[in-house]
Amino acid sequence: MKKFDKERVLLAVAGPVIALAVAFVLSAIVLLASGKSPVEPYTLMFEQLSFSDIQVLIINQASMYYIAALAVAIGFRMNLFNIGVDGQYQLAAMMAAVVGAHANLPAALQVPLLILTAVCTGAFWSGIAGVLKVTRGVSEVVATIMLNAIATSVIAYLWLPNVFGVKVGNNNTTGEMHESGWVPGIDMGDAGEIYGLVFLAVLLGIGYWVVLNRTRFGFDLRASGASESAAAASGVDPKRMVLTAMLISGGIAGLAGLPILLGDTHTYSLNFPTGIGFLGIGIALLGRNSPVGIAFAALLWAWLDKASPELDFHGYDKEIAVIMQGLIVLSVVVSYEAVREWGLRRQQRRVGAELAAGHVLGADNNTKEVAGR
Amino acid sequence: MTAVELAGITKRFPGVVANHDIHLSVRKGTVHALVGENGAGKSTLMKILYGMQKPDEGTIAIDGEQVTFSSPADAIVRGIGMVHQHFMLADNLTVLENVVLGSEKLYGIGAKARRKIKELSERYGLGVKPDLLVEELGVAARQRVEILKVLYRGATTLILDEPTAVLVPQEVDALFDNLRELKAEGLSVIFISHKLGEVLSVADEITVIRRGTTVGTAVPAETTPRQLAEMMVGSELPTPETAESTVTDRPVITVDKLRLEAAGGKALLDDITFTIHAGEVLGIAGVEGNGQTELVDALIGLKSADSGTITLIDEEITGWTTRKRREQGIGYIPEDRHRHGLLLEAPLWENRILGHVTEKPNAKGVWLDPKAAQADTRRIVEAYDVRTPGIDVTAASLSGGNQQKLIVGREMSHKPRFLIAAHPTRGVDVGAQAAIWDHIREARREGLAVLLISADLDELIGLSDTLRVIYNGKLVADADPATITPEELGSAMTGAATGHLEHDETPESPADTPETPEIRKSPESPEDEAR
Repeated sequence: MKKFDKERVLLAVAGPVIALAVAFVLSAIVLLASGKSPVEPYTLMFEQLSFSDIQVLIINQASMYYIAALAVAIGFRMNLFNIGVDGQYQLAAMMAAVVGAHANLPAALQVPLLILTAVCTGAFWSGIAGVLKVTRGVSEVVATIMLNAIATSVIAYLWLPNVFGVKVGNNNTTGEMHESGWVPGIDMGDAGEIYGLVFLAVLLGIGYWVVLNRTRFGFDLRASGASESAAAASGVDPKRMVLTAMLISGGIAGLAGLPILLGDTHTYSLNFPTGIGFLGIGIALLGRNSPVGIAFAALLWAWLDKASPELDFHGYDKEIAVIMQGLIVLSVVVSYEAVREWGLRRQQRRVGAELAAGHVLGADNNTKEVAGR
Repeated sequence: MTAVELAGITKRFPGVVANHDIHLSVRKGTVHALVGENGAGKSTLMKILYGMQKPDEGTIAIDGEQVTFSSPADAIVRGIGMVHQHFMLADNLTVLENVVLGSEKLYGIGAKARRKIKELSERYGLGVKPDLLVEELGVAARQRVEILKVLYRGATTLILDEPTAVLVPQEVDALFDNLRELKAEGLSVIFISHKLGEVLSVADEITVIRRGTTVGTAVPAETTPRQLAEMMVGSELPTPETAESTVTDRPVITVDKLRLEAAGGKALLDDITFTIHAGEVLGIAGVEGNGQTELVDALIGLKSADSGTITLIDEEITGWTTRKRREQGIGYIPEDRHRHGLLLEAPLWENRILGHVTEKPNAKGVWLDPKAAQADTRRIVEAYDVRTPGIDVTAASLSGGNQQKLIVGREMSHKPRFLIAAHPTRGVDVGAQAAIWDHIREARREGLAVLLISADLDELIGLSDTLRVIYNGKLVADADPATITPEELGSAMTGAATGHLEHDETPESPADTPETPEIRKSPESPEDEAR
């Protein structure tokens, strides 16, 4: 059976490689069309990889992308599109910042408290969409998009000075958090600090794999995603599964902002990174919902983000990186579907060939005729 | 004179069976049957003839002239017409509109087209009325519209893909009369089937396909169903053993006054009451769409009853979830295995877990036990003769019969007390069919209660200990499988008869006994098996 395993690896790698190659070629064409060198921006960006401070930036950024993408991926695994990760993580980060500024427990309790706050806020926000879906049949796509907009307004409200807001110059913040809630990073000397919660991202990735592949719940969830009707017939309660998956997705989403919040900014302000939830969608797609794939995709995205500013100093527009991200997502969708179908057909053909050659599992069956008797 | 001549057709094709060096010669004015097990390559061959697939090797000749088709349009121009197994009609259009759709250029869309339809209908005795809405038509009438559609486009060779699968016996006879009309007018018909009785009664010539290649031709007058079946499977068929009754008096599943309503309050199931005992097979006969699907859904817990109760042994299970029902010993062979029985893109061993994720050997507590599940999948693959090179291939890469054997193996592995078997051998080849019947019968001996739903009346009559007829959501009639004939059952299925069905002739009469018991009580007999 090793053949089929190798095959699976080949198929898993073929999709992203084709997508990336196509995206790079298309981006090069865009550069050519604008009368610039199609090669130099890439060399510049690759050079950036060798600088240790850029490496630290990439890892830090990737940790947040990774968590957001996991949140999206868990929805994808059961055919739910949680497009509201963006609102969920922002609201969750804000609530964690508020709690962190007002509660002051010992660090051993404070950090878990903040994490729990973020998880509950994210799950609550996505849970609204989940409840709407199972009770009223509202599409989770529509509901979560709208909840994103509402989250923005809620955040603006909470920033009011008479609610939880603290004005620092022109900036809205939630005030500085108590130090017991700060998570120390790994000091890399001049290169900066790697967020301590990068390890949370790694743990989440491991947990994601274990739950999906090694638990009954994970099997039910994957079955629901693969075939809703077959899952229902197998005994999965579809409504409960939708709600549970939405809650988990939102709970994970709530953690996406914490690495920077607890590791660096220690307050939720206007400067807090936005849009990570949307990027997470593309990253989850590129990573094929697999924890390892998503890790590579998150690092790739973070690299494009952190290496592109250098382009401005050499007469290129750093937006080429954004164009490339967009092209990657487009080619990913096309190439994955193509590779998937190709793989399925190829396997059918090979199974047919092996059966024709008499390679049937169980040696005593080999002599039997088609009749099976 | 030869209408269609296929020579040396070879098609390398993603799938289990490709066509290899196929020869088929259809004479003008004849019905030529193409028989073979499911997956033998009949459909591929017809797709090639209809221009949907291109052969890798070989030639097609129409009326002696060599042709190549690159699309069905080319085939239609050459007078090849196909009546698909699944009708392709728009319900909300009239017969006339359906017929002219896509061929408006031929006779327009008005009076001329209507005249042509009427003329064709009369000439071939099809009885098609051009101005009826298709949604008002029954299955048999729709099929005649499909045939007329093909004739309207000028077909001289008609391909009928399993045309009798959806018909009750009386309708089958009517269809065969139509086919005889067609051939009397000099048209040729290629008739695809695996029901050997029908093939022998309607065909002038028979070509048998096995494993993607032609293994021989036969003339019905000189052939018995048994010989034909042996050609199909390529080996001697086992002799049937008489199955003795294993019915006990211990009720396993009791359904009382079950009612299920559609959204608007219309009853989908009404006043369904029956009891199945340990060791008993209850067969439900009925034309599809009379409540069978809903009955199965209510029993497995996918739909909850609006009133009435379901009792398993001595526990009322009406309020139980699907999972609990399955854990407590209700096995389920679904009607549509692709929708309800398998995860097509998941490996076989994950499909072995499906539906039994909480049970041993698949799980230990909340954790999956992939090693044990894989080992057990290997056991099922061997014990149930699932033909696969391994358990890591996807379910989609197996043929339908092998998928079904996997499902049967999976359900039987959990020692069900009550088995819901909805069309357990639909789309399954002869060999696998007999194997599945054996497994059901064996479990029945050990005290399993089975609800059998099937469109195959021979299967129903042969396997069941008790027969009920469902019509319009109600159990309208019951019959004794030992005496009833498929024809009698067929007329009850149309709602024509209710109550207890009595066989017309006295069953005890000695003149009747020599042939009947064997056919009726032993579904393994070759005639039945092949159908």
